[in-house]
Amino acid sequence: MKILVPIKRVLDYNLKVRVKPDGSGVDLSNLKMSINPFDEIAVEEAVRIKEGGGGHTAQAGTEIVAVSIGPDQAQETIRNALAMGADRGILVKAEGEVEPLAVAKILKAVVEAEKPDLVILGKQAIDDDSNQTGQMLAALLDWPQATFASKIVLSAGKATVTREVDGGLQTLDVQLPAIITTDLRLNEPRYASLPNIMKAKKKPIDAKTAADFGVDTTPRLQAVKTAEPPKRAGGIKVKTAAELVGKLKEAGVI
Amino acid sequence: MAVLVVAEHDNASLKDSTSKVVTAAKAMSGDVDVLVAGSNAGAAAAAAAKIAGVRKVLHADGAALEKQIAEAMDALITPLMANYDAVLFPATTTGKNVAPRVAAKLDVAQLSGVIAVESADTFVRPIYAGNAIVTVKSAQAKNVLTVQPTTFKASADGGSAAVESIAAPAGPFKTAFVSEEVAKSDRPELTGAKRIVSGGRALGSSEEFHKVLEPLADKLGAAIGASRAAVDAGYAPNDYQVGQTGKVVAPELYVAVGISGAIQHLAGMKDSKVIVAVNKDEEAPIFQVADFGLVQDYKTAVPEIMDELGKAGL
Ligand SMILES: Cc1cc2nc3c(=O)[nH]c(=O)nc-3n(C[C@H](O)[C@H](O)[C@H](O)COP(=O)(O)OP(=O)(O)OC[C@H]3O[C@@H](n4cnc5c(N)ncnc54)[C@H](O)[C@@H]3O)c2cc1C
Ligand SMILES: Nc1ncnc2c1ncn2[C@@H]1O[C@H](COP(=O)(O)O)[C@@H](O)[C@H]1O
Repeated sequence: MKILVPIKRVLDYNLKVRVKPDGSGVDLSNLKMSINPFDEIAVEEAVRIKEGGGGHTAQAGTEIVAVSIGPDQAQETIRNALAMGADRGILVKAEGEVEPLAVAKILKAVVEAEKPDLVILGKQAIDDDSNQTGQMLAALLDWPQATFASKIVLSAGKATVTREVDGGLQTLDVQLPAIITTDLRLNEPRYASLPNIMKAKKKPIDAKTAADFGVDTTPRLQAVKTAEPPKRAGGIKVKTAAELVGKLKEAGVI
Repeated sequence: MAVLVVAEHDNASLKDSTSKVVTAAKAMSGDVDVLVAGSNAGAAAAAAAKIAGVRKVLHADGAALEKQIAEAMDALITPLMANYDAVLFPATTTGKNVAPRVAAKLDVAQLSGVIAVESADTFVRPIYAGNAIVTVKSAQAKNVLTVQPTTFKASADGGSAAVESIAAPAGPFKTAFVSEEVAKSDRPELTGAKRIVSGGRALGSSEEFHKVLEPLADKLGAAIGASRAAVDAGYAPNDYQVGQTGKVVAPELYVAVGISGAIQHLAGMKDSKVIVAVNKDEEAPIFQVADFGLVQDYKTAVPEIMDELGKAGL
C-alpha cells in the first residue's frame, strides 16, 4: 500500500498572527512556522498503518510519501514528517499564497505520478482555515472522500471511516483509492526520536515546481483588505455569584 | 444573476441555517433558489418554499441523497450550476464536505466561512482562527461559498415559492453509508442556541462535566458546549466542541466554565453577545473577552449561581 500525505507549513498554532497596519495582509516575519497540526495527525496515521499500530494491522510494503507545496523552508516541514516515519518527500516549490484549488491540482498530478492507494490530508490548514483541499482533490480525481476522520479501518479494497459531523458521528465505506481528511481525535501524533531525526536527514526529498506539473498558481481571488477583528469592549470582574446574576439581569440576557 | 442555496435538513425538517444562508444570498441577488436534496424530504422542501424571498425550490429525492454523500451531492449540484452564478452552502460539516467538490469541478476557487456579503463579488471571511478578517474580491464567472450561518439573521417565513422536482443522481458511487450515532437531546441545538453553557478541562471527568453543567443548562434553557480539551478527554462528545475547528456559535449568553480561552476556542464564541467566564485563575485569557468574569472555583461558583438564578425566579 502506498500512502501520500500532503503537509502544509503554517504559522505555529501557539502564536497569534499580526495584521499589517496598512491592511495589506498578515505579517509572518520572524514567527515560528510548523507543520499544520492536522497534517501531523495525517502523517501519524499513515505511520501507524505502516507499522500496524493504533488499531491497524500492519500493511505489508507500505510506503509513505510526504508532499508539501511551499517555499524552500517547507523542506523542514517535510523533514519533520520523515522523522515521524514517512519514507521520502516531495517539495513543490512555490512562493506566496497558493490557493487550495491550485494545491489540489498539483496534488492531482503528484497522485497520477505516484499512484497511491490512499491520500491522507488534514481537514483544514489553520492559517487560511479553508477546509477545501482534500475535497477538491477527490473531485479532480473522481475518487470517493471521507472527511473529518476520527477512526480509519482498512480492509480489502476499502476504508471504513468514522467521521466527526455536526450531529455526532457518521461511518462510511469508501472504495480505494480514496481521499481521507483528518480530524483532531484520529490519533495523538508521536514526538520524533533523536535517532529518527538523524535518519530523516538521509531520506530523499525530490524538488519540483508547480510548472513541472503544468499548474498555474496565480490566485483566483483578490484580498482587498486584511483587518484586525473588532475588539470586544472590556468587561468587568464580579466578586460573587449574586453580583453576576444581577449583571446578567441588567444586560437582559436572563 | 441567480444564486442557489443548498439547504441543510434532516429530510423531515429544515435547519435554521438554511434561512440564514438565504439572507446572505439575498444580499447578492434577487433571484435566490433553494435546493433540497434528500430522501423523502418533501416536508423539508415545503418548509424551504415558505422562506420569504425564495424564487423557487428545487427538490431532488432519491436514496443516494438520503445522507447527502459528497459524491452524490456533487453529481447533483455541479450540472445545476449551468443555471446559476453562485452557490451557497451553510458552513456546517455537510456543507464543508460538499462545496469544495463542486468548486473544483467548476474550476473556481471557493470562499470558506463567509461572515459578510459586501456585494455580489466581494465577501468577508475570517482567517487564522478569526485573528484576521479578510475582504476578498472574486472576479470568477461563478462563485462557491460556504456561509457562517451564525452571522446572518434568519429570513422570515411568508414566501410561497413553487417546488420543482428534479431528478436525483443514480450513481453508482464509490461511497456507502454504514451507520451513524446521532446524539439525541431535548436541549436546543448548539449552533442556533440563545444560551450556551460550555465546560473545559477543569471539569475533570465525564461524570462531573454532566453533573455540574446539566442542571445549570436546564435552568437557563441552554445548550451545552465544550472546549477541545474536554472533548479529547472524553468528558463530552465531539459535536459539543466550540472553536476554530469545531462549531462557531454566537448566542446571547455564553457561560464558559473552567475554560482557559485559547485562541482556537475564542474563534468559536467571541461573537457571543454576553460572555461569562468562571475560572479560578484570574490570569486566564478567557477574562480578556468576558463581559463578566468570576474568579472562583467552579465547584462553589456553579452551585451559587444556581441559587441566585433560583432567587431570580429561574
Ligand atoms: C489544530 C488545533 C485545533 C484546535 N481547535 C480547538 C477548538 O476548535 N476548540 C477548542 O476549544 N480548542 C481547540 N484547540 C485546543 C486549544 O488550543 C486549547 O488546548 C483548548 O481550548 C484548551 O481547553 P481548556 O480551556 O478546556 O483547557 P485548559 O487550557 O487546560 O484550561 C482549563 C482552565 O480551567 C481552569 N480551572 C482549573 N480548575 C478549575 C476549577 N476548579 N474551577 C475553575 N476553573 C478551573 C484553569 O485555570 C484553566 O484556565 C485546538 C488546538 C489545535 C492545535
Ligand atoms: N501548500 C500545501 N502543501 C501541501 N499540502 C497542503 C497545502 N495546502 C493544503 N494542504 C493540505 O490540505 C489540507 C487542507 O488545507 P486547506 O484546504 O487549505 O484548509 C491541509 O491540512 C494539508 O493536508
